[in-house]
Amino acid sequence: MIEIKSLAKSFGKLPVLKEITMQLEAGKIYAFLGPNGSGKTTLIKSILGLTLPDAGEIIIDNENIKNNWRYKSRIGYMPQIARFPENLTMLELFRMTKDIRKTTANEEDYIAYFNLEESRDKALKNLSGGTKQKVNAILALMFNPGILIFDEPSVGLDPVSHLRLKDLMRQERDKGKTILLTTHILSEVEELADEVIFLLEGKIYFKGTVKKLVESQQEPNLERAIARLLLRTEKKTKSNTRKQHEYLI
Amino acid sequence: MNTLFKIIKYSFYDTLRSWWALFYGLFFLIITTTLLYFSGDFNKALVSLLNLVLLLVPLISTVFGVMYSYNSREFTELLLAQPLKRSHLFLGQYLGLTLSLVLSLSLGLGAAFLLHAGSVAESVQLGMLILCGSLLTAIFTGIAFLVSILFEDRIKGFGIAILVWLFSAVIYDGLFLAFLVLFNDYPLEKATIGIALFNPIDLSRIMILLRLETAALLGYTGAVFNKFFGTVPGMLFSFSALLLWVFIPLLVFLKKVQRKDF
Repeated sequence: MIEIKSLAKSFGKLPVLKEITMQLEAGKIYAFLGPNGSGKTTLIKSILGLTLPDAGEIIIDNENIKNNWRYKSRIGYMPQIARFPENLTMLELFRMTKDIRKTTANEEDYIAYFNLEESRDKALKNLSGGTKQKVNAILALMFNPGILIFDEPSVGLDPVSHLRLKDLMRQERDKGKTILLTTHILSEVEELADEVIFLLEGKIYFKGTVKKLVESQQEPNLERAIARLLLRTEKKTKSNTRKQHEYLI
Repeated sequence: MNTLFKIIKYSFYDTLRSWWALFYGLFFLIITTTLLYFSGDFNKALVSLLNLVLLLVPLISTVFGVMYSYNSREFTELLLAQPLKRSHLFLGQYLGLTLSLVLSLSLGLGAAFLLHAGSVAESVQLGMLILCGSLLTAIFTGIAFLVSILFEDRIKGFGIAILVWLFSAVIYDGLFLAFLVLFNDYPLEKATIGIALFNPIDLSRIMILLRLETAALLGYTGAVFNKFFGTVPGMLFSFSALLLWVFIPLLVFLKKVQRKDF
């Protein structure tokens, strides 16, 4: 379980996360939505310890993650961009991460699952973007961690692999894992997410099921509900800036 | 095995397998062989080689360091999400790259020397040159890593790292000469030693030329070092100053990296 308490972060003078408080339970898929710059990536990177928050705390399985790196052995992360050391092969990359994690892994199952047998001994620089993305997915999954974080996992994946990855996410959820997902593909959210967290300007604007989100916006489907939410917030920010502008004049 | 060593191992392999590292080694092999073959005189060849090492090793280390650091940014993020200490990760990458560059350089120079079948006394001289080259590699790779972490913009970072190299390799000498001419009437010895400390390339030159005892080539700073410290203490002094040049940028880099957001 992940507990986030009053998390705040700004880059220079720009506040990116403002007082985020939430609990993410095991056995659920959480989809993080929001316009660009709403703080999704920063939130996820804070959980991963890549970004260091200014205030607040993150507690994972009753362990505060501040100045702590051991907790990361319980997280699998699939980043948006797949870039690896160019001259290593796929198997060497897996061996290296196994070396670092010091745990057993079942990468062979996933290599077969994603049909990557032929790419085993190829240098990573020679793999296509989609194949690299699959390698990334395997890296996240192979250690069987309790928390899985996928940052835009569908980018570059072919339809079959995408489908397989979604199946995996469901299976892992049913095993009782906490899954965090950021995506712009709303059908993915509709299909997978148990809960949607809509971030806006560094705050949680909505947290609840897809159904609840659609109902709250009085729209027929998720796509329209999100669009309405975005439009409404856009108007709000515009009128805010106008007000500020008038005030200044 | 400790995670630090694992990171060193893998970044060492990764760099060593790229064509660049091979070219770098081959380049020094060919140049050294040619110089030794055509000059006939080992000391003369060594001095030419020294000038080349002083100019090129810092440049190549700077370029490699900046490229490596920026290019591996995404992979570094992936590794940061693994259970390992930040300091281990970044120190490991630095050491892996430095070691593979040092190895290419040493193999290039060493193989040429073996082909030439030099004497034992000569091998000591060459050893000094390799030591200098290694220290310069460690220094400029460290500076390059530090610059790349201070500047998010790759073009800017690259430009600044190259400027640091240009300053130490070229501009510094000109400024130093101007300083000597301007303050001609004052006793400049202590000031000279002070100023020489600020340039690792000059320090390396002094260290190796003190060893070669080719006084005519020492230049002003070298002559002052020789007079002020004598040969051996002068070498020890410049060696310690070079070690400081290795550690200070590296420590600042490791400190910066601890607090950095990725």
